Amino acid sequence: MFLGGPPLVKAATGEDIDAESLGGADVHCRESGVCDHYAENDTHALAIARRVVARLKAATPTAPPQTPQEPQYAAQDLYGLLPANLRKPYDVREVIARLVDASELDEFKQLYGTTLVCGFAHLGGYPVGILANNGVLFSESALKGTHFIELCAREQIPLLFLQNITGFMVGRRAEAGGIAKDGAKLVTAVACAAVPKMTVIIGGSYGAGNYAMCGRAYGPRFLFQWPNARISVMGGEQAASVLATVKREQLKAKGSAWPTDDEESFKRPIREQYERQGHPYYSSARLWDDGVIDPKDTRRVLALTLAVARNAPQEPQTFGVFRM
Amino acid sequence: MIKSLLVANRGEIACRIFRTAQRMNVRTVAVYSDADAQARHVRAADVAVRIGPAPARESYLDIPALLEAARASGAQAIHPGYGFLAENAQFAEACSKAGLIFIGPPAAAIHAMGSKIVAKTRMRAAGVPVLPGYAGERQELAHLEREARALGLPLIIKPAAGGGGKGMQIVRQSGELAPALAAARRLAESAFGDGALLLERYLPAPRHLEVQVFADTHGNFLHLGDRDCSIQRRHQKLIEEAPAPAVPAEVRERLRAAALVVARAVGYVSAGTVEFLYDGREFYFMEMNTRLQVEHTVTEAVTGLDLVEWQLRVAAGDRLPLSQDQVRLEGHAIEARVCAEDPARGFLPSAGRLALLEWPRMDSVRVDAGFGSGDTVPDSYDSLLGKVIAWGGTRDEAAARLARALDETRSAGIATNERWLARILRAPVFLEVRHHIALLDQNLADFAGPGTVPAEALTLAALALHSAAFAELPAGAPAARPTRTASPWQLLDGFTPNLVTPIAYSFSWRGQRSTVELEYADGAPVAATITGGTRAALTDSQTTSETVAARIGAQRLHARYLIVGAHVYLWRGEAQYDLLLDDPRTHEYSATAAVGGLTTPLPGVVVSVPVTVGSKVSAGEVLMVIEAMKMEHTITAPHAGTVKAIHFARGDRVPEGKELLELAAE
Repeated sequence: MFLGGPPLVKAATGEDIDAESLGGADVHCRESGVCDHYAENDTHALAIARRVVARLKAATPTAPPQTPQEPQYAAQDLYGLLPANLRKPYDVREVIARLVDASELDEFKQLYGTTLVCGFAHLGGYPVGILANNGVLFSESALKGTHFIELCAREQIPLLFLQNITGFMVGRRAEAGGIAKDGAKLVTAVACAAVPKMTVIIGGSYGAGNYAMCGRAYGPRFLFQWPNARISVMGGEQAASVLATVKREQLKAKGSAWPTDDEESFKRPIREQYERQGHPYYSSARLWDDGVIDPKDTRRVLALTLAVARNAPQEPQTFGVFRM
Repeated sequence: MIKSLLVANRGEIACRIFRTAQRMNVRTVAVYSDADAQARHVRAADVAVRIGPAPARESYLDIPALLEAARASGAQAIHPGYGFLAENAQFAEACSKAGLIFIGPPAAAIHAMGSKIVAKTRMRAAGVPVLPGYAGERQELAHLEREARALGLPLIIKPAAGGGGKGMQIVRQSGELAPALAAARRLAESAFGDGALLLERYLPAPRHLEVQVFADTHGNFLHLGDRDCSIQRRHQKLIEEAPAPAVPAEVRERLRAAALVVARAVGYVSAGTVEFLYDGREFYFMEMNTRLQVEHTVTEAVTGLDLVEWQLRVAAGDRLPLSQDQVRLEGHAIEARVCAEDPARGFLPSAGRLALLEWPRMDSVRVDAGFGSGDTVPDSYDSLLGKVIAWGGTRDEAAARLARALDETRSAGIATNERWLARILRAPVFLEVRHHIALLDQNLADFAGPGTVPAEALTLAALALHSAAFAELPAGAPAARPTRTASPWQLLDGFTPNLVTPIAYSFSWRGQRSTVELEYADGAPVAATITGGTRAALTDSQTTSETVAARIGAQRLHARYLIVGAHVYLWRGEAQYDLLLDDPRTHEYSATAAVGGLTTPLPGVVVSVPVTVGSKVSAGEVLMVIEAMKMEHTITAPHAGTVKAIHFARGDRVPEGKELLELAAE
């Protein structure tokens, strides 16, 4: 260890010296006092590190407030429940039932904004507020989610987002209904909630849906993906179609026609690029998430993260302005 | 009947005598040395009296102290047990003089049999077969040598006043004779205070047979059958049985008759044993043990009698309760002496705390134990921990039962010999009665245990260790995850998302190091690999606070375990392993010693130079003393070596960092 290594030293002062004599363990443990401990080998170094950590002030106790209870439904079922095709709908409560203690979910506004399931539960004995996609996000779902997040923030209950979202509803009715500002309310709530937030992408994670459901940019303490997850600004097919439409318009303006085959060879690489870069391994490899986990390990992993989150001090809660 | 009894002994025999005495409503008094203050025999009696510090000479062999203990406790009688003062005629005399009943023969009989020379001469006169030899008065070495040559080789030289096999010399070649005689004389003088020697024809592979005799003060004599004690190591008996196997009826009859002749010849009273050597054709008188013996238990097993009870009755003046034809012998009994010795390390005696000592509990198995779990074995006395005796309808049955009982005998904390004894009991040479007194000494390697630890044992040990280390185990409960509320981070069952978690344990056993790598998936072990071996699939693993079981490959295996500090003890059927866990956290690392020469850490004045050029010094020796800052600083040798040069003399000022001396390493 040294501020300047042998080549730099040689260049700077002309001194000829090897790395060991310049900054080896003997130099820094006996002479300079830069180092605190001398280890004979890796195993010894690990033993010393353990001794040091053992002396550190104990972290705040992170035991759960109530005894954990296993879910009543087997995690193994998840493999059969999740459709291979992300377009196919299923009831996300089936997933929740296999994550939470005793499979008990205390739903909030169960009959309103039904495409977003909100509810209180315990996971590994820790209280948690769950938001899980069960379809496209409508105004009602967004409002419900916002209210729910505020409740959890006030009670200091951590939030768990289970993402499987293609996006917000589009179309004239939705726009006139104010989905833009209702979606903004949800995003504001997610962004400002000062409780620990955990996100698991259990299906698709596209566009604004990713933001509303606490994607990476919204600072969840931990973000995990399942192997069937796909994450990108939009779906590959949709992106290919949009770009193809733009290109066709351009060609039309110039007066050319676009044969179907050419259009297909234009769309295919786009689809493939989206497929490759939207794959969880791609994003995980770039540290855009904290890991790809096996669905049946989700409960255990989340319990560990909830325990860890208790070590951090509670931050003061303020919300931004909710667009009404 | 005797009302109160003091036992001038310790360990298992004291416990055993107390049991009978208590059954007979006799008040019991134990004596103990400081080393035995917490021993079982002390707790087994009604009253206990301290007789001295640990050394036997100052306690269990201290006659005045024992007599005083008897007086103070009001004991009416003293039972000497075996060893210590049991065959000490002076002790027997002193007891009588003090008005105490000595449970044993009259002092005269002890005395008569105490000298081998006297004993052999009298026996020859009584017509009892004795080994050809010399047992005469003339003891000059030259005379002994002449007699030896007349007797012929091979022969054995024995101290006349000795016992227990000590000091004996076997001479096979004529050139060895003179030095052996000289050595025997020296040994006899130092060990027994009497240099008298006797010479005997040496039988290379005889069996040791003995007959239990009993006599009362009314002139009744009986024998209670014979025993075979041929399994000995260096003349120490280890396995004894009754009756002696494979002895022709005619020989047996003559043997028992000869024993009675011996007993009558010395006017014997109480229990005694007449020992013979048998070479397959003829038997020869060896000596008589004028006391109750360690192996009296096998005679009790085949006769159904309590010999200590008989001793107490005879001592009280009663007649023997049975006549000779009323004595019935049934079945076969074998005893194994469980001792604190390590068969794998030359029978080195072990002492220390027994973290565990479990004795077998089986039908037709008797245990006379002096020690149990939690006791400390002192290093001042013999190594006998207890005896296991098995009875069977046949000899094979008894041997198999005893071997199984020894499998169920478990010790941890010090080395013991029960597994080694079980191997002998299962060996064809023993079962086919081809054994003899030199068998063990000549063929020790035949009974050695396994030379390596099998992979299954290492795997089970690793499983037990991992479960025990990271789970709270109420006694007997399966090792589940902790049920009380705890942070999920405390569940150290090897969970790693997506990956199989390898957990490695390194053990060393008799210097052999092995590492077991367990693979955990979903919190359960799924495979084990020993370094250098193949990966074995593991299923169905269950660990309780005492046992560990798993299906390894195709076999379901289980073992009993105990973890004491860094030791993992494992018992599987016949085998026991003491594995030492190699925990890298407990390694001692020594930072390299001072490098470089001998320089002064700060400037000062030399006040003393105790060495000169050429001095040979050892590590740590003072080479120079310097005074600085109102303190003295000693310069010591970092290693052993020779002083090659001294650069400063007394009174010189030395600047900092200068080399003061040069030391060449050896």
